[in-house]
Amino acid sequence: MNRLLDLYWTFVKIGCVTFGGGYAMLPILERELADKRHWTTLDELRDYFSIGQCTPGVIAMNVSTFIGQKRGGVAGALAATTGFLTAPIVIIMVIAAFLTNFADLAVVQHAFAGIRVCVCVLIVQAVLRLWKGSVVDAFTLILYLLVFVLNAFGSFLPVKLPAAVLVLLSGAAGLAISLRRAARSGKGGEAK
Amino acid sequence: MILLRLVYEFAKTGLFSVGGGLATLPFLYEMSDKTGWFSHADIADMIAVSESTPGAIGINMSTYAGFRTAGIPGGIIASFGLALPSIVITLIIAKFLNKFRDSRLVEGAFYGLRPASIAMITAAGINVAKVALVNIPAFQASGSLMDLFTWKAIALGALIFIGQRKLKWSPVIFIVLSAVVGIAFQF
Repeated sequence: MNRLLDLYWTFVKIGCVTFGGGYAMLPILERELADKRHWTTLDELRDYFSIGQCTPGVIAMNVSTFIGQKRGGVAGALAATTGFLTAPIVIIMVIAAFLTNFADLAVVQHAFAGIRVCVCVLIVQAVLRLWKGSVVDAFTLILYLLVFVLNAFGSFLPVKLPAAVLVLLSGAAGLAISLRRAARSGKGGEAK
Repeated sequence: MILLRLVYEFAKTGLFSVGGGLATLPFLYEMSDKTGWFSHADIADMIAVSESTPGAIGINMSTYAGFRTAGIPGGIIASFGLALPSIVITLIIAKFLNKFRDSRLVEGAFYGLRPASIAMITAAGINVAKVALVNIPAFQASGSLMDLFTWKAIALGALIFIGQRKLKWSPVIFIVLSAVVGIAFQF
């Protein structure tokens, strides 16, 4: 029971600070879950992020389900995800009940203009931390650039591919290339 | 019965919103036309609110619509409706991953998934930077490069970047400090 409460409470705290669509979360998740609690590693978090891109739901929510499952099975997954959702649900209900023009308040706009700057820096940190281990050779560098251009500037192209399609195609390309390499080195081994 | 309907409608939205919060928008517009639980203007407001609170637009919209139609239970139930497909699918993948983690096929797929994933994160960063660090309307009005960049925002960003490297503070502290700086210096 304690373990579930611990999961719930940890993700309540994380849910309070998920600004910027979850991508800025990586440095926070890394600190809270990998450095402080040793519940996961940066490598695992990176893979959860990759999977989160092509499954429904917000990435940070997917990560909470993954970590919860790892720590405490289905009950753990529910505890972690519920924790993650708690703060946003409470905040929106308070806003819906009392602050109809919340987003128009000058003080809110200034605060969030400041937070957006921080989110930018956190995203840069996330990319720098993930770069090593993800972009490891020519193929992965080309794939990185290609997906970046298609995703960031897709609206200038005749067809904008949805993010999930890009991610699935990349997974398929990675699989094809690594299988081909394996087949080749297998043959090379036989020739010797 | 309204609670069941809320779960059903938002679970459907949750199932098809792959790739993050904004993917829910087309479904929310459709739901607005169909159910009348919230208006198109409510959706626009909620985008603004979502940008200024933690939590994604889809979750926020479900909380808002649920709360408006059925009070606090409605807000909670609708949000879990939205989250449900994501939880179920992630659980299935987690089970699968634990079993096949070391398989060559999974490793091969990740070889391609990882660079794609950080490419998406980079693109998301550019989208935030477009709002946070540059002022495109001011640049279009004056044509001066000095107006393109929001210099105080860039200065704050540089300070945070250096601060994070030098100090071992939690990122949360930097988020709170940025909010304070934003208010103090009228960002």
